[in-house]
Amino acid sequence: MTNLKGKNLISITDYSKEEYIQILDLAKEFELNPKQPILTDKVVASIFFEPSTRTRLSFESAANMLGARVIGFSNPAATSLQKGESLHDTIQMVASYSDIIVMRHPRDGAARYASEVSSVPVINAGDGANQHPTQCMLDLYSIRKTQGTLDNLNITMVGDLKYGRTVHSLVQAMSNFKATFHFVSPKELEMPESVKMHVKRMGLKYHEYTNLEDIVPFSDIIYMTRIQKERFSDPMEYEKVKNCYILDAATLQGCKENMRVLHPLPRVNEIAMNVDTTPYAYYFQQAQNGVYVRQALISAIMGVK
Amino acid sequence: MDNKKELIVSAIENGTVIDHIPAEAVYRVVNILNLNLHEDEVLIGTNLASKKLGKKGIIKIKNRYFAQNEIDKIAVAAPSATLIEIKDYQKVVKRQVEIPDILQAIVKCINPNCITNIEDISTRFTVIDKQPLKIKCHYCEKTQEPLA
Repeated sequence: MTNLKGKNLISITDYSKEEYIQILDLAKEFELNPKQPILTDKVVASIFFEPSTRTRLSFESAANMLGARVIGFSNPAATSLQKGESLHDTIQMVASYSDIIVMRHPRDGAARYASEVSSVPVINAGDGANQHPTQCMLDLYSIRKTQGTLDNLNITMVGDLKYGRTVHSLVQAMSNFKATFHFVSPKELEMPESVKMHVKRMGLKYHEYTNLEDIVPFSDIIYMTRIQKERFSDPMEYEKVKNCYILDAATLQGCKENMRVLHPLPRVNEIAMNVDTTPYAYYFQQAQNGVYVRQALISAIMGVK
Repeated sequence: MDNKKELIVSAIENGTVIDHIPAEAVYRVVNILNLNLHEDEVLIGTNLASKKLGKKGIIKIKNRYFAQNEIDKIAVAAPSATLIEIKDYQKVVKRQVEIPDILQAIVKCINPNCITNIEDISTRFTVIDKQPLKIKCHYCEKTQEPLA
């Protein structure tokens, strides 16, 4: 077992396959027994330079369940940043008030930079369009929990595969477990070449589709994503693709019994409400798993587990 | 004829000759080394015939030697360049420039949303491929093909 004490988590590639497994095993322990006040003398700084609902609440819930005190902000408008303070100075100051920093920032690479400035470990809770490693870890946890394994699965990813950072990280992470990937997207939102090259380099297979129905019967996981309106400079382009994949209960006819639908949330209309009551819907439990995974991460990085 | 040749390659007592620069990169090299500010002689030749490059450039800088970080910048702008250091009219060092595995404070990140373009941070890239040059930003993790 690796000692993760003091180790930053900025990018999914910062941790090895063994280290992911270690975190997932620890998260399982927290799922069985979530209220463990093992960080009562610690302060977790939760600094969100842009809005977030699930990630922030789930981190703060995780810290509270560990007994830690949480300080921070969710609205940078109410901080010195408005007065023109640099990220460098903000991080130095926050580090001196806390034992660990959980941070979201709209700029790509901000978390890596913060980790180089900070005297305490940093967990990246999303940096622009770059990385969101804890989402990836909770996705892995959800996949392992529903499938009983991470190895040799058929992973179908649907929707905005071009801009969606969660699918890029998940491909990277699942490549360690001999997955076969199925990419379903409109031409305009195809998986980037760099991600497909990564799959090839790992000696794995991927297939591309424009029609979701074709692959439903063969999938172990269907990972739905939202078409992100904010990524389109041309509203007409968004209108063209926004409703291209709507997963409903009828589409799931004939799927494998073990198949589960995941989604990083928030959803708009890409998963119909009638899927929620099928045994295949797993996205709300997936969000709940985020708390256990973040408990595991915080406690491992603080060196108490 | 010999006089004309002499004019192009006239020797300098002390300084550096940067040879085998692709013709289109000559002024980029001049800019990145801030040679416009050099107070001693600078001889810039471009579009000279070259067997290897077709057309090449050469820059001779009197009384100036370059630090490794500057040589790395030359390598990024002109990977085929040769660097010759001259002391007392003698070539004391002749070597091909080489793109390093890490580019530290040499090029800017092309991603406008990268934190290095917002805060005052020294850029850092890992070189993925040297020919053609492909690099990955240490901060925003974007892979890019830079122009120095």
